[in-house]
Amino acid sequence: MIAMLSHPFMQYAFIAGTAVAVAAGLVGYFMVLRAQVFTGDALSHVAFTGALAALAAGLDARIGLYALSIVVAVALGALGRRGRPDDVVIGSVFAWILGLGVFLLTLYTTTRSGSGNGRAGVTVLFGSILGLSRDSALLTAVIALAVCAVLLAIARPLLFASIDETVAAARHVPVRLLGYGFLVLVGATAAESTQVVGALLILGLLAAPAGAATRLTARPLVAMGLSAGIAVASVWIGLTVAYHASWMPPSFAILATATSSYLVAALARRRPARPFAGRSGRSPADTGSRGAETLRR
Amino acid sequence: MTAAFSWNLINDIRDMWSLPFMVNAFRAGTIAAVLAGPVGWFMVLRAQTFAGHTLALVGLPGASAAVWLGVWPLAGYYTFAVAAALVVAALPAGAARGHSNESAAVGTVQAFALATGMLFITLYGGFSGATNALLFGTFLGITSAQVAVLAGCAAAVLAVLTAIGRPLLFASIDPDVAAARSVPVRGLSVAFLLLLALTTAEVSQITGALLIFALLVLPAATAQRLTARPAYGMVLAVVFGLAVIWTSLFAGYYSPYPIGFWTTTIGFVLYAAASGVRPLAERLLARRPDPVRA
Repeated sequence: MIAMLSHPFMQYAFIAGTAVAVAAGLVGYFMVLRAQVFTGDALSHVAFTGALAALAAGLDARIGLYALSIVVAVALGALGRRGRPDDVVIGSVFAWILGLGVFLLTLYTTTRSGSGNGRAGVTVLFGSILGLSRDSALLTAVIALAVCAVLLAIARPLLFASIDETVAAARHVPVRLLGYGFLVLVGATAAESTQVVGALLILGLLAAPAGAATRLTARPLVAMGLSAGIAVASVWIGLTVAYHASWMPPSFAILATATSSYLVAALARRRPARPFAGRSGRSPADTGSRGAETLRR
Repeated sequence: MTAAFSWNLINDIRDMWSLPFMVNAFRAGTIAAVLAGPVGWFMVLRAQTFAGHTLALVGLPGASAAVWLGVWPLAGYYTFAVAAALVVAALPAGAARGHSNESAAVGTVQAFALATGMLFITLYGGFSGATNALLFGTFLGITSAQVAVLAGCAAAVLAVLTAIGRPLLFASIDPDVAAARSVPVRGLSVAFLLLLALTTAEVSQITGALLIFALLVLPAATAQRLTARPAYGMVLAVVFGLAVIWTSLFAGYYSPYPIGFWTTTIGFVLYAAASGVRPLAERLLARRPDPVRA
């Protein structure tokens, strides 16, 4: 353990990994509560295009990551009702943006030929937690802490708006604004986690710990803490395992731990714990297929 | 790929089809579009886009496991996709729709599948070119044998879909009433997930796991914007799918840019246009005062 932490690259990995895990755990809890997992998924894939756009333009990949993730987050919010896009809109938008990503990947590999460019795309997609520099680890940590701080600041109204949107709106909670704000936080989390576990795998850190936490407890504060805790534990265990088993990529070890935590929670509690039983606003008919609505037109 | 483009389109097509790999790309693309139209239409109707995306991404671990083990990659695609469909089907109802709290489970399945794919790629020795091909498509690398498998599997999926089409439509539109009329809603849901898995395994061989929505979601969503009638909608989805894949293969052949970029862009433009057409038409019609409703 001591030997492991004596390597600077492991220290940076632990610093950035822990910060990202706390942010992902907290944001993920609200994402699961608001049933916006697909949105988070789309935003994390969008990060890929952002990074490649910046690389193709010769800029730092991080500028593109944050800029595009946040822009698309706001755009998705604008396309949906009350800042909640539906699944076809999400699917259509992110399919096209990924197509742009491929275009940029081609542009980048053909115009900026150099060493290892073919791997640029793969690195963005799957992350390189052990390749972080001191500065980028610290920057990641600072941004993650900022995301956590903003989220905790809006946590109470956001919780209200997530659990009962209609009543919250009637009580003058800015439901729409909160929806946008939350999407921006998801975008920022996706962008920064891309450097740690990659654009394709961040969904695991967002969804699995939060899913496990909502199954284990119905109390929001406890669930938030639990979600962040499971995410941090996944990163620590994953990094340690990957250090000792060098054939295993760290992203895989982290995600395998997070997935098993979800599995254990699902088996321990067959029924999901529901915050505030008898919540209104989203009746079963409401969450059903859009078929009836489509055919009624 | 540096053939010169002339405005004599017949000559262009003759020129393009003199290359066997282009002919195979057109054949495979046509099969994929015909299959993805109806299946995608049901997927959009059932709001299972998230599940479809997850099943498509399972192609990555499937293909990379097959490459690592040295077996036929197609076997990996189909096996993993069907296994993932069964896992998603085993989750509580509503999870696949991406609506309820349970969608965290689908997200976890997806992330874990991708992480497993990454593990197989690393174990094999890291092949970044192949990873990009799996994710973003190998439009031009399709063999004649692959076309035969694609055609056979597509025919089987379409036959089953035709057989269960009516009850599936009923169960998709109003699950509660369908259940009350003793339609096997749960069984149909599992069957549809399996069909969806086979479809994603097919289409992702051509478009890649990440760009599959260009054929699976965009044409179907465009069709549903234009008509609510099921039969018309499915036919329109196939027509749009064919338009997308043919135009983009053509554009990809005569331009230096990747075909995946063309498919998603053309599909998205069609969808955006259709989304704009309907409100516009409604506004024009709304100008005439309606004596009954007004």
